[in-house]
Amino acid sequence: MGIREQLKENREKILSRWFESILKTYPAETVRFLKKTKDQFHNPVGQTIKEGIEGILFELTGEGEIEKITPFLDRIIRIRAIQDFTPSEAVAFIFQLKGIIREEIDLDRIGSEELLGLDKKIDELALKTFDIYMGCREKLYELKATELRNWTYKLLERANLLKEFEENFKSK
Amino acid sequence: MGALLSFGAVVVLLLIPAIGAGALKLHSLFGVVIPYLAVIVFLVGLINRVIGWGKVPVPFKIPTTCGQQKSLPWIKHSRLESPATGGEVFLRMVLEVLFFRSLFRNLRTEKAPGDRVVYGSSKWLWVAGLAFHYSFLIVFLRHLRFFKQPTPKIIGIIESFDGFLQIGSPHLLVTGLVLFGAVFYLFLRRIFVPQVRYISLPADYFPLFLIMAIAGTGMLMRYFLRVDIIKVKELTMGLATFHPKVPEGISVIFYIHLFLVSTLFAYFPFSKMVHLGGVFLSPTRNLANNTRMVHHPNPWNYPVKVHTYEEYEEEFRDKMIAAGIPVEKQPEPREEEQPTEESEGKE
Amino acid sequence: MSKQPKPPKPDELAKSIEYKTPETQWMETPVKFKPGMWCYGSRPKYLEEVGMPNPREWSPADDDWKLPENWKEIVLDGMKDRLGKYRTFKLFMDICVRCGACADKCHFYIGSGDPKNMPVLRAELMRSVYRKYFTTGGKLFGKTAGARELTEDVIKEWWYYYYQCTECRRCSVFCPYGIDTAEITIMGRELTNLLGLQTDWIGGPVANCYHKGNHLGLEPHTIQSNIEMMCDDIEEITGIRIEPTFNRKGAEILFVTPSGDLFGLPGIYTCMGYLMLFHELGLDYTWSTYASEGGNFGFFTSNEMAKRLHYKIYAEAKRLGVKWILGGECGHMWRLVHQYLNTWWGPPDFLEVPKSPITGTVFENAKSTKMVHVTEFTADLIKHGKIKLDPSRNDHLKITFHDSCNTSRGMGIFEEPRYIIKHVARHFYEMPENTIREKTFCCGSGSGLNAGENMELRMRGGFPRANAVRYVHEKYGVNMLANICAIDRAALPTLMQYWVPEVDVCGVHELVGNALVMTGEKKRTMDLRLEPLPGMEDEEEEE
Ligand code: HEM
Ligand code: SF4
Ligand code: SF4
Repeated sequence: MGIREQLKENREKILSRWFESILKTYPAETVRFLKKTKDQFHNPVGQTIKEGIEGILFELTGEGEIEKITPFLDRIIRIRAIQDFTPSEAVAFIFQLKGIIREEIDLDRIGSEELLGLDKKIDELALKTFDIYMGCREKLYELKATELRNWTYKLLERANLLKEFEENFKSK
Repeated sequence: MGALLSFGAVVVLLLIPAIGAGALKLHSLFGVVIPYLAVIVFLVGLINRVIGWGKVPVPFKIPTTCGQQKSLPWIKHSRLESPATGGEVFLRMVLEVLFFRSLFRNLRTEKAPGDRVVYGSSKWLWVAGLAFHYSFLIVFLRHLRFFKQPTPKIIGIIESFDGFLQIGSPHLLVTGLVLFGAVFYLFLRRIFVPQVRYISLPADYFPLFLIMAIAGTGMLMRYFLRVDIIKVKELTMGLATFHPKVPEGISVIFYIHLFLVSTLFAYFPFSKMVHLGGVFLSPTRNLANNTRMVHHPNPWNYPVKVHTYEEYEEEFRDKMIAAGIPVEKQPEPREEEQPTEESEGKE
Repeated sequence: MSKQPKPPKPDELAKSIEYKTPETQWMETPVKFKPGMWCYGSRPKYLEEVGMPNPREWSPADDDWKLPENWKEIVLDGMKDRLGKYRTFKLFMDICVRCGACADKCHFYIGSGDPKNMPVLRAELMRSVYRKYFTTGGKLFGKTAGARELTEDVIKEWWYYYYQCTECRRCSVFCPYGIDTAEITIMGRELTNLLGLQTDWIGGPVANCYHKGNHLGLEPHTIQSNIEMMCDDIEEITGIRIEPTFNRKGAEILFVTPSGDLFGLPGIYTCMGYLMLFHELGLDYTWSTYASEGGNFGFFTSNEMAKRLHYKIYAEAKRLGVKWILGGECGHMWRLVHQYLNTWWGPPDFLEVPKSPITGTVFENAKSTKMVHVTEFTADLIKHGKIKLDPSRNDHLKITFHDSCNTSRGMGIFEEPRYIIKHVARHFYEMPENTIREKTFCCGSGSGLNAGENMELRMRGGFPRANAVRYVHEKYGVNMLANICAIDRAALPTLMQYWVPEVDVCGVHELVGNALVMTGEKKRTMDLRLEPLPGMEDEEEEE
């Protein structure tokens, strides 16, 4: 049986372990909430992560096209980029997949070629993950820097008010 | 940690009457003095608490509005969620107190991804909360049979409902079990839901253990270690008629039960259980959402420093005039006297 | 604040991290100030301008907050005083049973997972101190009774978490006793303000508003020229010249709106909507440059400051001799007008019970406060068929409506804006039921938290809202998030840019302005944003 079939077969288990290991990065008191609350509006963090990893694994067992996986990665990273994580903490979850897959599938029944191929794919994803993370952080800085300017710029420019405005309102 | 501490405290409370009434035979103390004291502490304490809250003013009328305000006549006003009159507030409070309306809001079907309908676990809080409070109430009412001679009809009726299962002799009373079960559930919830465990204090476990112990000893008495009901009623009637007497030969389990109940009564006003009184006073629930219709006075409203229009105009008069914005006073150095409009803005 | 992260080394990453927080009791878990989660401390000049205590340079990042010598006494006295003045405060300190029903209802908890953002725990931060100093049990049994000493660390913890609450009252909806954690947050902010712990983002607007009449510090001529600029745009769009008046005595109606509408994008489009509507009606109304702020950052400071700032509205109505007051679209402004203003400064017997000069409707629901919400006013117009609308001009928009916390849970205005939207536009989609109306999710930036330096906090707090918007965006193609709040108009665009960049933000009266058919207008080829109206492009002329 090839690696794809095995991934499909063990999908549920891999997903649940992966989900658990991501949840472990949240405060202990909150894990149950993130895990048990099924309502996607009441518990957007937990549900988005869950859907995201489902999508990633599904694509990995298929063609594994990065472009298709990116939106799922994006949703997870977008959340983690604004939570209390260091960059490595925020993106480490993608690496955890390697270990989990190794433990959950029967390594004897697949060629090392195949495993290497998967690893490579995950490494690619990891790079992508970090790109997305950086993108989110940059977006955040940009929003910080430009929010005020964005919503006042037009009038300021027209009225030559920039000076008065800055006196009154600029942050330290 | 908090649970253990509270558990220990309840064990101690069990031992006190076991020793005091059992070994030392201080029956009058545990049968008369302590119950009287407990009731006094309960009444004085609770009244004090309620008066204490009542004395604090409600400076602003700030109901939490959970439905459409009363506005234009053709817009459907949500009377219960956004009450505009005293009567509507009353109904809102009835729903709150009798059905735990707000807690009920937790009870809704949830939508999981893919529009699957799932049910949150929070509905159990509402179910268990209601089960607990109503069984507590019924158990409490049932006990009045010990304090009234002859037993009031209504209590007989309650009991016959309560014993509808007609199991065993005496008939199994359902509420006792429900009470125990519900309290036990509330306890488990505190232990097993991490969020709730995190916020729980010893003072949250203690009443639960105490009530479990009360219900437990009560059921023990009824079904297993039978006590002499005639004598017990002699004692309780004595208490009720203020002619206390302590018949000999009541077993110690009764004194334990009575002591625990006394503790609950005495502890009540100082515990979180005072929400019994507080729920009626909660300004976010018991006020009408009619603040724009009826002036609500604040008894301690005091004058504050403000920036008046005069001061404002003083500062910006030239700019205002230059922009053609009307002003009250024309600037001083002007040649021609302009008739100033009369100022009305002063307070 | 936070530095640009460097890419981590792969092996660093591979060391799969397991840092479940140690399960310490919350009292033993010290507060850590995380970057992106707090606002800068107020500049001394802002405090001085309004006479608030302990003005000094300080930063929340410093160890030494330069508290006054007797800070503890000040706080405890302040608590005692307020426990005797606010029944909510006293009662909510006493009756919580820690059932946890509110725990997962707060958008900050949902977005961050930080247990101290559970409303009940936010309140326990204060309750523990209350028990220690104001209850016998707490004095006798200390920690066993859930009591703790008041220390500087406790003050810091208060400050950190009371500025991670938007006073949105969502928790209050679900609490069996109606315990409103916003009331506790308000007290927490009052108390820390006694020590001079104001934020810069709130302190600035407060000082501006006190002095110049509005948060942004716009001076009279600036207000006028801003509005005139909007009139230029309106002329460009409709061919009609509007001449609004300022500080005019004898007008029938005084119009007060948050100053965000006079200045920011997309707030000014909403303002253009008002201007066009009032002009079309021929309404006898005036703007005021003195009462030029409906909002009130004082409310995020202390009750007293809020009262001081909101003095101007009635005072100006009296000076100008108007009959009643019309208020623009704003969230906390309307919480205050609805629930506080009349108590602070009323009843305003010099005014008349508001009556629409167009329809004759008497606004009985505002008969004491004498101030009408503009969506009440406009809904009444539409109901009576007094304005001509062409909803097809909003056809390029697929709209959803965000209920602002304050107008939802502190006023109950749900139907009026929806009624208007449904008449001025043809594509309206509700977000899921448990994210709107009384259960609405906050924008995450309310109560003076819409600064730049706490962007992570805002993005977290706003995530539940954004998540629901994304749902309707994906399901129905929603591309416009309408609301009736100036803070929303300032904060939601940023939120959307991060989470759902395809969705833009507008006020309800911007939609009204688009759809309003004005007498004598030229054929519209642009919307209020001066962007071409789809379907009309071919007729558009190049300028
Ligand atoms: C007007 C009367 C009352 C109302 C509306 C009311 C309401 C509530 C509600 C809604 C809860 C939260 C749900 C729960 O945790 O079960 C609660 C909890 C509780 N109530 Fe009451 N209650 C009332 C009277 C009483 C009385 C008389 C007692 C005395 C035994 C009591 C004892 C408790 C206890 C011990 C809890 C905490 C349960 C827990 O720890 O989870 N309540 N009450
Ligand atoms: S819902 Fe109310 S009683 Fe329950 S924990 Fe929250 S504040 Fe306390
Ligand atoms: S008022 Fe809003 S922000 Fe504050 S604790 Fe309650 S739900 Fe959270």
